[in-house]
Amino acid sequence: MMNNKLVKRSFGSWLFDIGNILFMVLIMFIMLYPFWNTMVVSFNDARDSIRGGLYFWPRIITINNYAIIFNNETLFTAFGVSVARTVLTTIFNVLFSAMFAYVLSRKEFMFNKFLTVYMVLTMYISAGLIPQYFLYKDLKLINNFWVYVLPSLYGAFNVIVIRTYMNTLPDSLAESAKIDGANEMTIFFRILLPLCTPVLATVALWVAVGSWNSWFDTFIFAPARQNLSTLQYEMMKILSSSMVQGSTQPDYLSMQQQGSSNMVTPNSLRAAMTVVTAMPILIVYPFMQKYFVQGLHIGSVKG
Amino acid sequence: MKKHGLLYKIGKQKELIFIALPFFVYTFIFSYYPLWGWLMAFQNYRSSSIIKFWEQEWVGLQQFKTLFGGAEFPRVIRNTLGMGVINLVLHFVSAILFALLLNELFTRRFKRVVQTISYLPHFLSMIIVVSLAQNMLSMEDGVINQALLALGLVQEKVHFMGNPNYFWWIIGFTNVWKEMGWNTIIYLASITSIDPTLYEAADIDGANRLQKNMYITLPGIKSTIVILLILNVGWVLNVGFEMPYLFRNGFVADVANTIDIYVVEKGMSRLNFSLATAAGMFKTVVSIVLIGFCNWIAGRMGEEKLI
Repeated sequence: MMNNKLVKRSFGSWLFDIGNILFMVLIMFIMLYPFWNTMVVSFNDARDSIRGGLYFWPRIITINNYAIIFNNETLFTAFGVSVARTVLTTIFNVLFSAMFAYVLSRKEFMFNKFLTVYMVLTMYISAGLIPQYFLYKDLKLINNFWVYVLPSLYGAFNVIVIRTYMNTLPDSLAESAKIDGANEMTIFFRILLPLCTPVLATVALWVAVGSWNSWFDTFIFAPARQNLSTLQYEMMKILSSSMVQGSTQPDYLSMQQQGSSNMVTPNSLRAAMTVVTAMPILIVYPFMQKYFVQGLHIGSVKG
Repeated sequence: MKKHGLLYKIGKQKELIFIALPFFVYTFIFSYYPLWGWLMAFQNYRSSSIIKFWEQEWVGLQQFKTLFGGAEFPRVIRNTLGMGVINLVLHFVSAILFALLLNELFTRRFKRVVQTISYLPHFLSMIIVVSLAQNMLSMEDGVINQALLALGLVQEKVHFMGNPNYFWWIIGFTNVWKEMGWNTIIYLASITSIDPTLYEAADIDGANRLQKNMYITLPGIKSTIVILLILNVGWVLNVGFEMPYLFRNGFVADVANTIDIYVVEKGMSRLNFSLATAAGMFKTVVSIVLIGFCNWIAGRMGEEKLI
């Protein structure tokens, strides 16, 4: 506490601070070490890793584990699909969430209350997986790339966060533009949208991370077409093959290994794949950290 | 504002209505229209191109009887509740304690570094998190086993992933690892809104730091805690599909299956759509009742209501 200067700090208080700092260092270690250890395994020779005892540095450094992944066309396609779905979902979701938020932020709008309740209810009531599957089947979305994008054109929570931000902007902006004869779309695109950049950045990051990380939709709605598989889904296949001893890993990986000296174990492959899949987020995170968090403050708990 | 007729208002707001209309239709199609599918829970639905939906066999509550009559679904409910309650308790205890300890750090920069690092796992996919956890807990070359052996805490390696007694706790603590930092944000924000003069008064009265936390900080964030508690109790059945499914293996199948996994397996793998729909419907209805109930309790306690 900042007020500590007022009182003389007791020995117990001093001891607590030391303990607290040590505890925080331990927490940071616990948060970071699993990455580091997985990185170590991914850069270590696969046959050597089985011996165990890898803690902080690889014993036999190799990039074989990564070579398998990067020489693999399937994984490249999956990477492309992951990027495409993430970019499209982010653009649409942010744009449409903001547009919906704009309509709901207009206090004089007659359907304001109704639409808010109508939207918020969807956060609590969901029809469940099977009816959802039937809907997507009717919409011809099963085993179709658009199943990654169309179901999340806007997000109810995102709308609430953006609207809360818009409500902090002065009403006079929109009103004066209206007097000048601007129509609603012009006001939205020219005036409101540029002013909302900070909150839009936050929402964009949330949506992008969510889309990049998801695999359930591939698993349920697009399992039949290999060229629609995403990086996370391929990662999921490798993960489940490395869990069960002696089970088969995805065909394309075992095919590739036959007759080559590049023997890798499912475990080492999993480690390398984990690093590759997590990398985009680990690279972006330190720079975007501020935006990731700020929206939560703006939106507060309510909603 | 002057009073005008409804038509005048509509005319005046036609642009806004025009923009809102696609959202209304879209939300209807993707969120409300599928609710009719709940009718399947009262049928014995067979996937077929010949039989129309309305001509499927209607069986009343038969599917629900099958659900609760057998041994499998009650066990699935037990697992879901077990994991849900462990997650809920660990979530609150860890986040509140961590927020209080973070708040006691007096160096701004150090505090920010700790926060940044502790938020990171929140942004990783469940698959990566499970993969990291398995790498750490592995029987063959996992670091935790080797550390326990080296410290002499265990005599032989622990089969973490294969012991049904550990499963719920592994899920719980993996969740803590992933979300603890992120969950503190809301508490830290709430702590900053506490009136600083309260702390000054406590200093003058000679309160120590523990007392200040117990009698000022915790009561100061009480309403935040209550709101989040309501929100989370309502979601207690939503331990979800991903983590238990990814951690699951043959040894622990009995304790690992949740309602969501049950729905996927019955519906998507065995094509028993009616039974799966009934299970999913049960989950949604119970969740809504829970949320409503907690909301009511909050109102009675004089806290702000959620809805």
